[in-house]
Amino acid sequence: MESYLFLIPFFPLLGFVLNGLFGKKAGKTFVSYVGCASVGFSFVMAVVAVNDLVSRPVEDRQLVQILWSWMAVGSLHVDLAFLIDQLSAVMILVVTGVGFLIHIYSIGYMHHDASYWRYFSYLNMFVFFMCMLVLGANYVVMFVGWEGVGLASYLLIGFWYEGDDNADAGKKAFIVNRIGDFGFVLGLFLMFITFGSLSYLEVFPKAFHMHEAGQLALNSPVMVAICLLLFLGATGKSAQIPLYTWLPDAMAGPTPVSALIHAATMVTAGVYMVARSNILYTLAPTALLTVAFVAAATALMAATIGILQNDIKRVLAYSTVSQLGYMFIGVGVTAYWAGIFHLMTHAFFKACLFLCSGSVIHAMGGEQDMRSMGGLARKMPITYVTMLVATIAIAGIPPFAGFFSKDEILWKAFTFPYYPGAGKVIWFMGTLGAGITAFYMFRLIHMTFHGKFRGTHEQEHHLHESPLTMTGPLMILALLSFVGGWLGISPLIGHVLGGVPNVVEHFMEPVFEHSQEVIAASVAVQHHSHALEWTLMGLSVLIAACGIYGAYVVYIRRFPELPETLSKTYALHYKLVYNKYYVDEIYYHLVVLPIYYFSVFLWKVVDVVIIDGLGINGQSWLVQNGSGAVRNVQNGYLQSYGAFMLVGLAAVLWYFLWLQ
Amino acid sequence: MVTLTHYVVLSSVLFGLGAIGFVTRRNALILFMSVELMLNAVNLMLVAFSMFRADMGGQVMVMFIYAVAAAEVAVGLALLIALFRHVREVDVNSFSVLKW
Repeated sequence: MESYLFLIPFFPLLGFVLNGLFGKKAGKTFVSYVGCASVGFSFVMAVVAVNDLVSRPVEDRQLVQILWSWMAVGSLHVDLAFLIDQLSAVMILVVTGVGFLIHIYSIGYMHHDASYWRYFSYLNMFVFFMCMLVLGANYVVMFVGWEGVGLASYLLIGFWYEGDDNADAGKKAFIVNRIGDFGFVLGLFLMFITFGSLSYLEVFPKAFHMHEAGQLALNSPVMVAICLLLFLGATGKSAQIPLYTWLPDAMAGPTPVSALIHAATMVTAGVYMVARSNILYTLAPTALLTVAFVAAATALMAATIGILQNDIKRVLAYSTVSQLGYMFIGVGVTAYWAGIFHLMTHAFFKACLFLCSGSVIHAMGGEQDMRSMGGLARKMPITYVTMLVATIAIAGIPPFAGFFSKDEILWKAFTFPYYPGAGKVIWFMGTLGAGITAFYMFRLIHMTFHGKFRGTHEQEHHLHESPLTMTGPLMILALLSFVGGWLGISPLIGHVLGGVPNVVEHFMEPVFEHSQEVIAASVAVQHHSHALEWTLMGLSVLIAACGIYGAYVVYIRRFPELPETLSKTYALHYKLVYNKYYVDEIYYHLVVLPIYYFSVFLWKVVDVVIIDGLGINGQSWLVQNGSGAVRNVQNGYLQSYGAFMLVGLAAVLWYFLWLQ
Repeated sequence: MVTLTHYVVLSSVLFGLGAIGFVTRRNALILFMSVELMLNAVNLMLVAFSMFRADMGGQVMVMFIYAVAAAEVAVGLALLIALFRHVREVDVNSFSVLKW
């Protein structure tokens, strides 16, 4: 048992407490050092742990630390325990590494903010909970982290809480998340009833062996139920249909928050959860199909919304929803490592994109509408180049990072072992979405950096490149967006390049071993020609190129006439897509208003009339009026008392003489 | 023949009259008289039973009752006089202060 694993979440917790309690008094330098060093140390410890992990033989790659026994009630035993295996190794490096860069960036970005200390305190708290989520050795510790990052998200989205919109966005994020969490908890209950435990090292081997022994068939109702309920939680946390509506609104928070929480880490928790539970999902192919389809629909739908948004952060928000869809497609078609690989590359280029947009917003003095931007390339060269690199990465152009991960997912979707037919449909939706992604991302680049500046004169004078604390992380992330994909080169390309291995896939293979065994035993082996794979690969690059060329035509060559003409010719479609398919409005009328009116009913009728009126005031009315009637017996007249006594005497006599 | 039944009936009638008088009459002194009437009706019943059952217990009890009745009347009349000195009335309907 390793005794140092707890240090990884401990440092950010310490930073949270120190900055929270003393940050305001201690000043900006203290806050900056404590806030960044805590995550820095956490990253160092993560590297140490992964180094330890890698130095062991493949069969032995599990680092466990049990801090203490948390719940021992009846047959439920839950420990506060940490586990680092290959999957959590990748996750923790991404979380602490990218998190550290974003903390550095925040020093520059939030420098003029009055609540600087509160920001870093919350950000450290977030990293602490995210570490708990990723390092937990059982679902309960994961859930603690799950809820905790939701809380941190709420606090950070509504960071500038004086504004009503910001506070509302924070509430929306937390409440929508909680709806998903309801499903998650139900899934946990069902899992406990079925397997008697919530610990990874007990549930997963048990599920696998129960299947091998023939006790647990594929697609058994209880497994499908568990997986779908857990996925419901994932749709809330990772912004898939139907619970994605909070993410675009979450852009009300500071941009580094959007980069860290709503791009690189928190929203990927759902993907991690599915990958962690891979054996459970493999045993429930129906659940996998649902996940893959919902994800493909989300990827396509969010991409279409992204092409018309004017706020630079909104475009990136819908892009995140869309890319999360790709990650879920990956884990949904049992290509678990591919989904996690895309999670990693996405963390690099999406964090880079958000931080670059923050740099742009910073230079524009707070302006986020792209219609007021243009021609910024000359004024902000570093931001321009880094953002361009990240954009090429997300568009999926080789040899940048996004190509390798996205292409692997699409190929694995096409060759979905459980449902080959459905796989083709999912491939088509994903490929279409990839083309649209390239289009709207380059639209963003053209509107922001190319052409002529469309803003006001003061904004033009204010334009400047950002300081090194901000551009430094940009450059590092851009570099990672360029080379990050080279860790997961598919065998086809690797062979051509002279035997380059797929590092990520081989590293994470043992985690998904049992799943692959189940699949191999359940479906006939499919043989796919290399030619088909090359064709599909070429097709996805071609469609990305089409998207880029389309963006060039619409937003450079024939700008601004073409977009205006198009919006008028297809006015109805334009209105529908521009208003995000009216999903928010539909939810408001179908869900929010009924609940609101029901709660008004509960207030005005149940609470005021029934509980207060009948229950409480009614009791006192009863006692007062009842006693008011009864006390008139004591009227002070001796003769009436005597009369009562005689009546009583007569009754007693009657009883004894007649009724006996 | 005068049987026990005659005495019981007479006694009951007397008791009833006393009771009705107690409940109905307004003058406090008449109330006292009604109470005495009830007591004497009971005494009559006790003596009758003593005679017809040849048990001296009945007559013994009667002597006790007379003693107590006499004492009670003395006390009651004393209270009435004390009360009269305040209220200047012997109408029981005016003694209704001890109520809610």
